[in-house]
Amino acid sequence: METLFGIAVDGVAYGMILFIISVGLSVTLGLMRVVNLAHGAFAMVGGYVASYAAQTFGLPYAGALVVAVLLTVLATLPLETLLYRRIYGHANELSQVLLTIGLTFVIVASVNYLFGPSLKRIPLPELLQGTVALGPKSIPTHRAFVIVAGAVTLLGLWWLLERTDFGIRLRAAVDDPAMAAALGIRTERLYMATFALGTGLAALGGVLGAELLPLEPYYAIRYIVLFLAVVAVGGAGSVFGSAAAALALGVTDTAGKYLIPNFGEFFFYAALILILFRWPQGFFKGKTA
Amino acid sequence: MTTTLRKALLGAVFATALGAGAADAATIKVGVIAPFSGPFAMFGQTFKEGIAVYQAVHGKTVGADTVEFVFKDLDQANPAQSKALAQELIVKEKVSFLAGFAFTPDAMAVAPLIDEANIPAVIFNAATSAITEKSPRFVRSSFTLWQNTVPLANHVAKLGVKKAITAVSDYGPGIDGEAAFKATFEKAGGAVVDTIRMPLKSTDFAPFMQRIKDSGAEAVYAFLPAGPTTLAFAKAFADNGLKEKGIQFFGPGDITQEPDLPALGDAVLGMTTSFHYSQAHESAANKSFLAKYKELFGSSDNATFTSVGAYDGVHLIYTMLAKTGGKSDGLKAVEAVKGLSWESPRGPVTIDPDSRHIRQTIYLRTVERVNGKLQNTEKTSFPEQPDFGYKLGK
Repeated sequence: METLFGIAVDGVAYGMILFIISVGLSVTLGLMRVVNLAHGAFAMVGGYVASYAAQTFGLPYAGALVVAVLLTVLATLPLETLLYRRIYGHANELSQVLLTIGLTFVIVASVNYLFGPSLKRIPLPELLQGTVALGPKSIPTHRAFVIVAGAVTLLGLWWLLERTDFGIRLRAAVDDPAMAAALGIRTERLYMATFALGTGLAALGGVLGAELLPLEPYYAIRYIVLFLAVVAVGGAGSVFGSAAAALALGVTDTAGKYLIPNFGEFFFYAALILILFRWPQGFFKGKTA
Repeated sequence: MTTTLRKALLGAVFATALGAGAADAATIKVGVIAPFSGPFAMFGQTFKEGIAVYQAVHGKTVGADTVEFVFKDLDQANPAQSKALAQELIVKEKVSFLAGFAFTPDAMAVAPLIDEANIPAVIFNAATSAITEKSPRFVRSSFTLWQNTVPLANHVAKLGVKKAITAVSDYGPGIDGEAAFKATFEKAGGAVVDTIRMPLKSTDFAPFMQRIKDSGAEAVYAFLPAGPTTLAFAKAFADNGLKEKGIQFFGPGDITQEPDLPALGDAVLGMTTSFHYSQAHESAANKSFLAKYKELFGSSDNATFTSVGAYDGVHLIYTMLAKTGGKSDGLKAVEAVKGLSWESPRGPVTIDPDSRHIRQTIYLRTVERVNGKLQNTEKTSFPEQPDFGYKLGK
């Protein structure tokens, strides 16, 4: 019983971390229909910025987090204007893949050249170190914090996309750009803002997830399959879908690794195949934000 | 057909031209195959640094010959590519030595080539015991999992631990480590209650920690290759209350390699590992090694077991050259270093005449904070450890 509870808690914690590092991709891939394979690279850039802000300039964790998100957004906005703007829309999927994977390679090589191949660390504040007890099971405080941050992000995004003018316009612009533009919606600005939202979330995930997915130059490519799996299972563009997918995959993976470790990643990918077999569009495609 | 022929002819012309150029310059070339980009670039970087330090100390010439290193990037374990690169180095660059090799399959793949070309290959890292059995022209300057694990397992048994569990990465060296620990620990009277093999690409280690906790073991033997996963593993160990439950951690020192220590932080404080090199090794040889490192690269923080593996590997190459006068007979060159002893930055070492693997002192170390910097402080030493795994496999 205690073991079952342990698996459930660890699974949910892992799932929430998966969610927080993938949700940015859900925004770009789902809402903007851009297969952004550079998502991992943006997350990594965020992580590196936070690491340097905290270690070289001595900023506190929260400050480093904010700086990382802002700087990553600022650094990637020119990319939107120069590159991404040309490849929006369904017809460009191949160009999207080629452009973003190329961008990823460039970022990986630059980070390797500039910062070297060693692991980088974002020091945690006292408050987030140690463990918290949940009944018979204790989990790292940092993970509990990530779970809370994930829940807040989830609700915040839901509110933003479903309950605000911005969300309504965005959904209109994605569904029928020509009509939305004709109605006076400034689609270019809207896309830029959404792109910024996506990269900001990527940076947030990169910083918060750094304890589990450590920062090194190859981060951008190493974990991209993980991000894509979550978004594919959740249904592109659905934040609730991404959360459900991340939790399902997290719990399956944790249970599988606990019960039969030698099977390795088998359960993760088996779950992926079965879910996509049953729901080819993912859990929540087109149902909610 | 004619195009193929023309290409082949052109290729031959270029090869001869390049070869002739190399011969005129009277340089001895050493081809280094290692990851210089990608996820394992740390290996390549430290190899390069180790080589540079050796050349800075001992010069770039042996007798009348200049030694030149040619680097080939192999970004991950890829035996076919390793073979292709080795072939290119041998045929086009006319190298007299091969060196490097971060991973076992890459080293194994070149065995038939070095036999055919009759040149020695010095392995700077790849740590599966079986490699040196594949060709008499392999010499290894690194370590094996057996070598590091056997003294550790005996030590754990001596501490009075009765029940232990192993958790290793699911690939060659990990399985070597598991076998070595199990065999030694059970011989010493202990019991291994469970053996966990973790996928190489694991990111979340909480489920394995839960399993270790539930197994009732008093100690865990863990091996993961140096790199990003060790961080998540060490953190999971610290955060899942295993220490509080009194479960002791033991493992080969890959998990606390020097370049990763700042990132690992307090999670590894007090961790006991067994290894052949620590940056904190107290000896004149190590001090001057680190001083040169610092002089060349601004900081010696990255000096680690792979740098020393390369440093000593170059020492072997220089010695082979000096003793055979640069004549290209691989077997004779290897013969020349059999039984060779010298003082390495890691301590006294000898090339075992049978296994052609390096005999060395294995140290039991604890991670401590000294002057604000984490280091592997050596506590106990087990001198003259051979490769216990040689010819055990088959």
